[in-house]
Amino acid sequence: MGVDTLLLASNERYPRGMPRHLREVVFVDGVRTPFGKAGAKGLYAETRADDLVVRCIRELMRRNPSLPPERVDEVAIAATTQIGDQGLTIGRTAALLAGLPRSVPGYAIDRMCAGAMTAVTTTASGIAFGAYDVAVAGGVEHMGHHPMGEGVDPNPRFLSEKLVDPSALVMGQTAENLHDRFPHLTKERADAFAAASQAKYAKAVATGQIGQDLVTMATRSTASGYGLATVDEPPRPETTVEGLYTLKTPFRPHGRITAGNAAGLNDGATACLVAAEDVARELHLPTAMRLVGYSFVGVEPEVMGIGPIPATEKVLRKTGLSIEDIGAFELNEAFAVQVLAFLDHFGIADDDERVNPWGGAIAVGHPLASSGVRLMTQLARQFVERPEVQYGLTAMCIGIGMGGSVIWENPAYNASTGARS
Amino acid sequence: MTAALAYPDEVVTSAYVRYLAVPGLEGGLALITIDNGLDHTRPTTFGPAGLANLAAALDQIEARSPAPSAIAVTGKPFIFAVGADLSGIALIDTLDKALEIGRLGHEVFARLKNSTIPTFAFINGAAMGGGVELALHCHYRTLCTGAAAIALPECFLGIVPGWGGTQLLPNLIGADSAVTVILDNALNQNRMLNAGQAANLGLSDVCFEPADFLERSIEWATGVLSGATSISRPDIDRGQAWTAALDRGRALVDAKFHGATPAPYRALELLELARSGCEGEQFLAGTAAEDEALADLLMSDELRSGLYAFDLVQKRAKRPVGVPDKNLARPVTKVGIVGAGLMAGQLALLLARRLEVPVVLNDLDQERLDRGVGYVHGEIDKLLGKGRVSADKANRLKGLVSGSLTKDAFADADFVLEAVFEDLSVKKQVFAEVEAVVGPDCILATNTSSLSITEMAADLTHPARVVGFHFFNPVAILPLLEIVHGAKTDEATLATAFAVGKILKKSAVLVQDAPAFVVNRLLTRFLGEVTTAVDRGTPIEVADRALEPLGLPMSPFLLLQLVGPAVALHTSETLHAAFPDRFGVSENLRRLVEAGKSGVYVWDESGQHVDPEVAALFAGADAPMSENEVRHAALEAMAQEIRLMLDEGVVAQPQDIDLCLLLGAGWPFHLGGITPYLDREGISEKVTAQRFLPLGTASLPTPA
Repeated sequence: MGVDTLLLASNERYPRGMPRHLREVVFVDGVRTPFGKAGAKGLYAETRADDLVVRCIRELMRRNPSLPPERVDEVAIAATTQIGDQGLTIGRTAALLAGLPRSVPGYAIDRMCAGAMTAVTTTASGIAFGAYDVAVAGGVEHMGHHPMGEGVDPNPRFLSEKLVDPSALVMGQTAENLHDRFPHLTKERADAFAAASQAKYAKAVATGQIGQDLVTMATRSTASGYGLATVDEPPRPETTVEGLYTLKTPFRPHGRITAGNAAGLNDGATACLVAAEDVARELHLPTAMRLVGYSFVGVEPEVMGIGPIPATEKVLRKTGLSIEDIGAFELNEAFAVQVLAFLDHFGIADDDERVNPWGGAIAVGHPLASSGVRLMTQLARQFVERPEVQYGLTAMCIGIGMGGSVIWENPAYNASTGARS
Repeated sequence: MTAALAYPDEVVTSAYVRYLAVPGLEGGLALITIDNGLDHTRPTTFGPAGLANLAAALDQIEARSPAPSAIAVTGKPFIFAVGADLSGIALIDTLDKALEIGRLGHEVFARLKNSTIPTFAFINGAAMGGGVELALHCHYRTLCTGAAAIALPECFLGIVPGWGGTQLLPNLIGADSAVTVILDNALNQNRMLNAGQAANLGLSDVCFEPADFLERSIEWATGVLSGATSISRPDIDRGQAWTAALDRGRALVDAKFHGATPAPYRALELLELARSGCEGEQFLAGTAAEDEALADLLMSDELRSGLYAFDLVQKRAKRPVGVPDKNLARPVTKVGIVGAGLMAGQLALLLARRLEVPVVLNDLDQERLDRGVGYVHGEIDKLLGKGRVSADKANRLKGLVSGSLTKDAFADADFVLEAVFEDLSVKKQVFAEVEAVVGPDCILATNTSSLSITEMAADLTHPARVVGFHFFNPVAILPLLEIVHGAKTDEATLATAFAVGKILKKSAVLVQDAPAFVVNRLLTRFLGEVTTAVDRGTPIEVADRALEPLGLPMSPFLLLQLVGPAVALHTSETLHAAFPDRFGVSENLRRLVEAGKSGVYVWDESGQHVDPEVAALFAGADAPMSENEVRHAALEAMAQEIRLMLDEGVVAQPQDIDLCLLLGAGWPFHLGGITPYLDREGISEKVTAQRFLPLGTASLPTPA
């Protein structure tokens, strides 16, 4: 093989000294595996994490046959615990395992819960800058194989210098801290939000809205043979507010956070295609969403759940938009209270129809580093259904005190269909 | 029914059933995973209990209400299924049981063929024998492009594909392709198909890559059932093409075996029977005929010999008997080869490719040296041209092989192999020169085919480092390596020699230092008897045809031509010197060498003929022998020689003799090498008053 064949496929060359111009970046398509419950009895107990994300990448390529594989310029795959079947520079190894040409590079990315979101914003930035034309971004977390905190070795200075509160590394405790900060965000409101999430998800399954994102996944059990994952395992459609009331509060005696008003421990993977808008047009790829702006912001680690609030304030400021311009919200539901804090801050009702219309992580699950792309894929599908919406927002809180927020524009937006009241 | 066939050591294959919800497939899919619970190094096989599990899985699915929309069968990772459990087959001791195992397989597999619910085989990995037949019974097949091997190896072992293979395969892919799979491939060192080849023959309806094979297979099955996906299969020509295919099959079987073993002929009969199709009554008649053929063959000594031979090459060849602890082996980081002729070049190529350490050829003549190194580099370029090595690997290998006019270049070698002219004094001189430059631990190996290792080592300072390392020509193809233990060879030297042999992917057999070791001694004795017959006045053609009933890979005089008359003469002289009463030196052979002939045959458009010049050269007495007499003389000589070799302790057991003949001379499985054949023909008892192997080893427990 000569060096020539290793060169990237794009023929585009900037003449020397020519000023750069930013390019519009679009979200082309996204998929995910069904999410599973972590643990020995879970859907993916005997399925490798890298196989989950490889399956997503292959299905993305298959759903977009007009994209020549060699035109993929980067594969960024997020995982929080980057060891074992999530290690070995997973973006690169997943690209090889997915059968992409060897000339396609890849890397691993980690921003805890916002790994896949960061994979998208980082590759999108590279596209805007002109370094890439097309990228695959995604994430995977097999919390059954890699429980949160596996192998961590926190620097003793965190405690000795009181850099963070001891509760900062236990996400459930940070959520309890959030209830302390906002006493009016009661357990009852959190439980009501959680029950609604389950109900909205169940409805979206019934209408086929969830299924369009899913790729089937072969699952093997040494004790019972091969199976096929086709639906999410975590949801509990039978959930009621009354039932939630009785659950234990594992993070504090008489606390507020329960297994019912928080996302569970899950296994799953996501992947999406992002591209320069002109390249998407050239390659006849769909334009599902146009990236407007993004921001990540740090907050006190012990109340990490408020992260999306300053992150969203910042991205609104940077894009010149206001919260009223946002017609659709996909907010990650790590904890009900953390979503409620966001809604409360922006003056949005707990049950606003624009927010998580197909339910959220409390129902479907939250395989940490993979979730960001799930939010985006669902928002993209809602854009198709709702041409009256011009802008949508995906946001999530991030462990160790951060928030991420990304604003997208609906290419199907049609003002004449009636602006939001 | 199954109970009579049960045996305690069956590795029982499970048939797990899971009912899968599948998007687009209303009633879902019943997926059967066949899995013996072990990893891919112990592939899934079917014994009676495993078949019963598959039947129970089908019972369970049939009883399910509402019924699933499809049934599919797949295997554990990397393996679909590799057929009947051979260890169980060896235990079948009555014709009734032999009939029963065939019927049981047919009965269970037929349920997939007769199912009113569509059936699919998702062939995810290696599929052989009964595994392929299981897939053939399904209505549709998907095949994983990563499947390592697809084959119907039954005729290779001495049976027929008797669980439907002879009936279903030709009706799926045509008689000619079926002849390729069932006869041509099986009888050519059990050649396997890769997934692409199998797909091209039509064994599968569609191929998918390993990464998402099962998901894609299920999607495809959904498409087939909805009508969205169509499949195309070839029209089968049951007329002229079928006849021509069977003629081709018969010709290749005749050329190879001359009727010496029954299995491929039974396969041909069954393929003829399949011509009328494989539905309804025809299929019942076809499978019944398979049962009969399979049972007859299972109760044949040819099959028992085949199973014995298979076991030798699969197990004993990989774990040679009497070898010292492998931890005693020393690392080999550089190799020296004395000589630069053709043999030296072949050895250099093999050592460089497998060991991937520097290999230095040494010769006194610059031109020969250049030619030797040039040969190796040229062979590496050929490998590159065929895509067998990458350009980087070719550069690496060529960089490893160099030449030197002096032996100083061996100073840091750990292993020096001599491949010079077969002359004891020359070889002793070579080793003395090598010993002068190498370190005390360097191993001195000789590729001699007949000289004494002990004598070769006698005058060295460190005789314990000398070992015989005898390859067979062509080195790249024949898997045998005779590792010869000289009187003073130490354990570290032997262990290193075996370790190197393993890296070279050769099957090494430990042989004590005795004239011509195993294969050459036996072939020389054998050939000597045939030559003697000619010396006595038997026409060359008659003497050469005498061994046809054994189904050897080539006739004695063709073997002579391959070995070369000069080498054969030299070996016979060595053996004559050692055992003058049993090994003669044929004057006719000497005349052949002196005349510079390459053998007794010449070839022209009309085929193979005895060279008239050779016929004129040969002088025979007037006591010609019949074919029968020649054959008996040759076989009785073999029996006598083998018994003497065992008594002398040249090898540990008759199994080693058989392994050497199987791997070093390509002698056929149905002879079991040779001792099982000598036993069953009564020759061993006639000549040596005893069998080589007990009844039941490589033979039926009681004579058939």
